Amino acid sequence: MTMTTIVRPSPSVAGPAPTSVPLATPVPLTGTTTLTLAKAINAGLRQAMLDDPKVVLLGEDIGTLGGVFRVTSDLLAEFGKRRVVDTPLAESAIIGTAVGLAYRGYRPVCEIQFDGFIFPGFDQIVSQVARIHYRTQGAVRMPITIRVPFGGGIGAAEHHSESPEAYFTHTSGLRVVAVSNPQDAYSLIRQAIASDDPVLYFEPKRRYHVPGAVSPELGAPMESARVVTPGTDVTLLAYGALVATATDAAIAASDESVSIEVIDLRSLSPVDYATVEASVRKTGRLVVTHEAARTGGLGGEIVAVVTERCFEYLEAAPVRVTGFDIPYPPAKLESHHLPDLDRMLDGVDRALGRRR
Amino acid sequence: MLDILAGDIPATFLQLVTPDGVRQPDDRLDPWVEDVTGAHLVALYQDMVVVRRIDAEATALQRQGELGLWPPLLGQEAAQVGSARALRPDDFVFPSYRENAVAYCRGVAPADIVRVWRGNAQSGWDPYAFGMATPNIIIGAQTLHATGWAMGALADGVDSVAVTYFGDGATSQGDVNEALVFAASFQAPVVFFCQNNQWAISEPVGVQARVSIADRAPGFGIPSLRVDGNDVLAVMAATRIALDRARTGGGPTFIEAVTYRMGPHTTADDPTRYRPAGQLEEWAAKDPILRLRLLLDGLGLLTPEVEEQTRARADATAAVLRAGCIDMPDPEPLSVLAHVYTTPHAALDGQRANYAAYLAGFEQTSSDSTGGKA
Repeated sequence: MTMTTIVRPSPSVAGPAPTSVPLATPVPLTGTTTLTLAKAINAGLRQAMLDDPKVVLLGEDIGTLGGVFRVTSDLLAEFGKRRVVDTPLAESAIIGTAVGLAYRGYRPVCEIQFDGFIFPGFDQIVSQVARIHYRTQGAVRMPITIRVPFGGGIGAAEHHSESPEAYFTHTSGLRVVAVSNPQDAYSLIRQAIASDDPVLYFEPKRRYHVPGAVSPELGAPMESARVVTPGTDVTLLAYGALVATATDAAIAASDESVSIEVIDLRSLSPVDYATVEASVRKTGRLVVTHEAARTGGLGGEIVAVVTERCFEYLEAAPVRVTGFDIPYPPAKLESHHLPDLDRMLDGVDRALGRRR
Repeated sequence: MLDILAGDIPATFLQLVTPDGVRQPDDRLDPWVEDVTGAHLVALYQDMVVVRRIDAEATALQRQGELGLWPPLLGQEAAQVGSARALRPDDFVFPSYRENAVAYCRGVAPADIVRVWRGNAQSGWDPYAFGMATPNIIIGAQTLHATGWAMGALADGVDSVAVTYFGDGATSQGDVNEALVFAASFQAPVVFFCQNNQWAISEPVGVQARVSIADRAPGFGIPSLRVDGNDVLAVMAATRIALDRARTGGGPTFIEAVTYRMGPHTTADDPTRYRPAGQLEEWAAKDPILRLRLLLDGLGLLTPEVEEQTRARADATAAVLRAGCIDMPDPEPLSVLAHVYTTPHAALDGQRANYAAYLAGFEQTSSDSTGGKA
């Protein structure tokens, strides 16, 4: 009998929670309070704008509407249209004008409305944003933050559920982070905006309405991973929305006395390999999970690096639990594509040598 | 003036100096160049002769193997000098890769203009030192940067202007069209300076547009000017009109400078494969330097002293360029990994340490073998 017989609804692939959760946002954040992930980003944006008049927001529908996910709610009223800019509907221009603003000393924060809409802006990101500091031998900095709601599980139309992070982790000159909870959402948006390097900031859209405690402390550096659940038998790496699924998997596995160490990568470029390696040296087994397609995904790179550096510690071949190598499927099929609790446990079984 | 800005279609072709060097009055443009004295005209002439000489020297350096590539501006001297000399130091230029005369006018040293084409760096100068970004090779991408910079200038409440250069081919790019939309939407103080040099490598301008390039801009809500790009005085007047509109809250202006690329697209190109017979000769008769010579001569300003001074300045600049190019030290090997990020990046730092150790290993081996022979 294997753990894959455990079948239960995966709480992390539920639809958006009701909007009746507390939405109050004290300004500025003075002590620990409960905020949804979306409101935590909003609080972080607001604090960054209060701290630095050079922080400006650019995006589609981010002003009067407050963004299609309401992440920028109320910021237009507070900061005005010069700093919260409802742009014409063109992603390349959102990124390209941010480059020009950065040349003038601004710290633009661009909102890409949905993950699948980033590709019209792809050239400006990889050909300009990522390399102007290198091109100019350090003369021109690009402190641009690009916010991207990412991932599936919300029953959306095509181009609204993508996980394009590997394109950007493959692009030198960018830093890439993905947040999983309200505290990190707040801390990392502030660190991303403060960074003098361009940062891709991925937001787990199906977790937007999940509340959590948020303190104004920025906590650990943006580049560091976080051990979510300590464990001894298998290391399970996740980021974004899948951290919640992985945490549930660890709870389920503990019923069978399997101890999973769940690590939230947080930073996808660079990866905090010190934390990852320390865990793998302890457990000897590695499972990496992401919603993005397998081939060329971040999981393959992490498995390669861990294999290079921890080969003698590994008890079994590392395992990837990922989306299939397919275009994003229709909503009625996405549950077959997205790694869920059972597929993670199946991966854990393989890492433990219980299945092939 | 409004009748030439209001988007009359087709756009008026603006010219102050005919190809045979005759100054024609134009009460729409004349007020914008009434301060241009004979001395100014001589200075513009000398600029154009010098940048043509830089161009010839750089082409020679490429043929001699000292440069990997060179994009000549031959024929476009008036468009670039006339516009660049209209700018203020606090304005900011976002060029493509052919604006070598603009760079010269902004004060960039000749050797720094060719640094990127020698392969020593991806850019030759500090943009903030000259108010000019370094060459952008992705076609049209820089027009968005100029628009964003101008949005920032507007927010800052200053009257500095962004000027972006691009070609007729670039007007087909999405980025240029998006830049026009954004500039119009935000009334950004940006000048779109299109050098229509008739060719996008091998494709004639008719492949890009069925109307004149200038006629496209009014559809975006942006007034445009169509100017003889080989007439340095008309180019300067048009640029000043556009700059004045931008500085006084009038928003963006589009200038089409009608000119001709008398050379290849780059030194890797062979225009004899696509250029119609007789076309080069037709445009040579409209040469921007030739017509200014004729104008100056008619005004009695082309004295032997001016000729000698011009020749000496061009020779000296070419010598400085050649020496600066050939003497340019190769970049340090480990600089290949420099400036990717502003702050340490774990993965890259590891690669740098490994490569440094790898290179050091060769030095060790080299000194070992030398020691053995001794």
